[in-house]
Amino acid sequence: MSKKNLEKPPVSKDVLSPLSNTEPLSVEHPTAQDLREDEMVESVSGMDSSYQEIFNGEEKVESEIPAPKKHKNALDPKDDEFEKGRDITRGTPADDIIVKMRDVRISFKIGTLERVIINHLNLDIKRGEILGLVGESGSGKTTIGRAIIRINKVSGGEITYNNVKISGKIPKKRERLLKTKIQMIFQDPGDSLNDRANIDYIVSEGLRAFHLYDDEADRVNKVTEMMQRVGLRPEYLSRYPHEFSGGQRQRIGIARCMVMNPEFIVADEPISALDVSIRAQVLNLIKQFQQERDLTVLFIAHDLSVVKYISDRIAVIYAGKIVELCSANRLFEAPLHPYTKALLTAVPIPDPKIERKKKIVVYNPMQHHYVKSDAPEFREIEPGHFVRCNTPEFEAMKAELARLGGEKK
Amino acid sequence: MANEKEVVIDVKNLSVGFHVRGKKTNVIRNISFPVYRGETLAIVGESGSGKSVTTKTFTGMLDSNGFISGGSIIFDGLDLAKFKTNDDWLQIRGKRIATIFQDPMTSLNPLLTIGYQISEVLILHHGLSKKEAKEEAIKLLAKVRIPNPEERYNDYPFQYSGGMRQRVVIAIALACRPEVLICDEPTTALDVTVQAQIIALIKELQEEYKWTTIFITHDLGVVANVADRIAVMYAGQIVEYGTVEDVFYHPEHPYTWALLASLPQLGTKDEPLSFIVGNPPSFAGEIIGDAFAPRNEYAMNIDFVMEPPIFKISETHWAKTWLLSPNAPKVKKPKVIEELHLRMKGAATELKRQEGEDYE
Repeated sequence: MSKKNLEKPPVSKDVLSPLSNTEPLSVEHPTAQDLREDEMVESVSGMDSSYQEIFNGEEKVESEIPAPKKHKNALDPKDDEFEKGRDITRGTPADDIIVKMRDVRISFKIGTLERVIINHLNLDIKRGEILGLVGESGSGKTTIGRAIIRINKVSGGEITYNNVKISGKIPKKRERLLKTKIQMIFQDPGDSLNDRANIDYIVSEGLRAFHLYDDEADRVNKVTEMMQRVGLRPEYLSRYPHEFSGGQRQRIGIARCMVMNPEFIVADEPISALDVSIRAQVLNLIKQFQQERDLTVLFIAHDLSVVKYISDRIAVIYAGKIVELCSANRLFEAPLHPYTKALLTAVPIPDPKIERKKKIVVYNPMQHHYVKSDAPEFREIEPGHFVRCNTPEFEAMKAELARLGGEKK
Repeated sequence: MANEKEVVIDVKNLSVGFHVRGKKTNVIRNISFPVYRGETLAIVGESGSGKSVTTKTFTGMLDSNGFISGGSIIFDGLDLAKFKTNDDWLQIRGKRIATIFQDPMTSLNPLLTIGYQISEVLILHHGLSKKEAKEEAIKLLAKVRIPNPEERYNDYPFQYSGGMRQRVVIAIALACRPEVLICDEPTTALDVTVQAQIIALIKELQEEYKWTTIFITHDLGVVANVADRIAVMYAGQIVEYGTVEDVFYHPEHPYTWALLASLPQLGTKDEPLSFIVGNPPSFAGEIIGDAFAPRNEYAMNIDFVMEPPIFKISETHWAKTWLLSPNAPKVKKPKVIEELHLRMKGAATELKRQEGEDYE
């Protein structure tokens, strides 16, 4: 990953430059040199002092929002456990895992009843990839995304971020730090924006909460820059969410997420509520940001066609269990699990001749005939391609793969 | 061929306006199209293009500030555009022209049982007794594939999943044996898997009950399967009308191209998805020329001055764009459109495996 950063043409940095006045906080993954602590400490403490000056001088500018007291909320980068926990000595970028979920169990309590939604979940998200998480409603895909950003509690197992534990009880400092690193884009752009707040407030709320700006001018600069970046006019900053269309609102949602310079994004069905023509815009935007800033994205969706376009790898989830995980192209070439096949036939094909011949397969979970002695496991069937199956199924799928031939390209 | 088919609803020069803050806006601007009996017409367009408003005029369900400012809607010899009172509509709405709405959450009453809501229709329109209505309602529930209909009869909407609620709404529409069924984005709020099932169900029931479907959607991908004809709508006008083959394989209007090209199914990893720049025009002012011109990369000077007339491409296919004028320069359609069938053939691996045949 570090090499990739160094090789980046200067142009891409220019695009970012107005946003990253505070260089060390920029989203680019720090290279080994960047990680030298002295640099980071210096610049951020510099930010603090300048903030104090400006803050004292121009308090009235912020009259709308009660100004938080200095230092109370500011982050101290010395405590950045996530940077310390990050194992940059690992070899190829492909091995560099940002979020690790091990044996994760998530349950909800309804009265005295405990409903286990997710059990024994193992999932690795590699740095810099877009991982698509696909399944029907109720399969637990949103629950997983929310568990990573600590909205849902994990009742067993462990989630780590840069090898630092982020599930269960963690120090407050770590939690605060985490909130700047992980951001979320929500499904419904109508419900996820505060009706009573103007766009300026919505977009800069995170910046304010963590003091990620030098002074008021810097904040305004960052916010305006981000608005333009997502294709909205800076004049819109004084407007309210109801004045925007669905697509515009989702772009505001993306702006508020990206202005924090996150490393990792959970995008929870960001386009399900949008028109098709606007979907493309939002997808392009997310992909652009991801490429520019080397973000890692967990993209949750129920529609395989969308996920195919945007993600590098796809995990198909059914009833809280990941049933198939493999690269996006390969999944479409050689889907193995019956549920994946059923999902694929459900994708509408914009071609009348093909679509009319298509038979919709409905997945029946009873078709597996699993027995206790040979319970299904998550097995690697070819490099990078995992399927949940038992031994006879495994053999059958291997034979199927052999028939289909190896990966194209 | 088109002449042989019986026209069930004939829309002629229909215009619809709304009173907004003391001003009159023109939301549907002079549209004409036939709906053929037994067929499925899909109306496709972005939100705000007037798809729903058009079909709401068929059942007299325009909002109170809306009005039909001109034209006619001929249904079985009656001009629906002339209907005024609620009594006029009672014979048509629900009984002969029924609607399925987008959101199954809001189209069912949360305080009444599913069974009550279905039998209510049967008692009111068919004059059945309560007992008969219950029997009939259970049959209908079975028809739309609700498992254990006898037990589910007494359940409330919240006990049903989104897909099942939409099935119930279909059952209610079915209860009256309508001649025309308007499906207003019936699957937008649903998962793809459920969407596929609901569309299959609507199609199947249509074959059995022989009704005419008007299918409204913003997703061109969805209608490839169900539609016989497609009307593409933009800014209150129909910009392209033709059979499903016409529109998918030989689209002529740049807006149709843009709609098709923005489908993620057609995207490839290496290139960004194409999308339509800008927003649909506002209806507050008068629209001069081709409404799509400001967002159209193929726009010519004339598009900003004069509204394009209808150019007939074939017996069944027409489009409203100056590009079809004999004087217009020849333009190349976007690559994606030209390659549509090819690309989709590639994407249909899973299908090929199932059927073991080549898709031509």
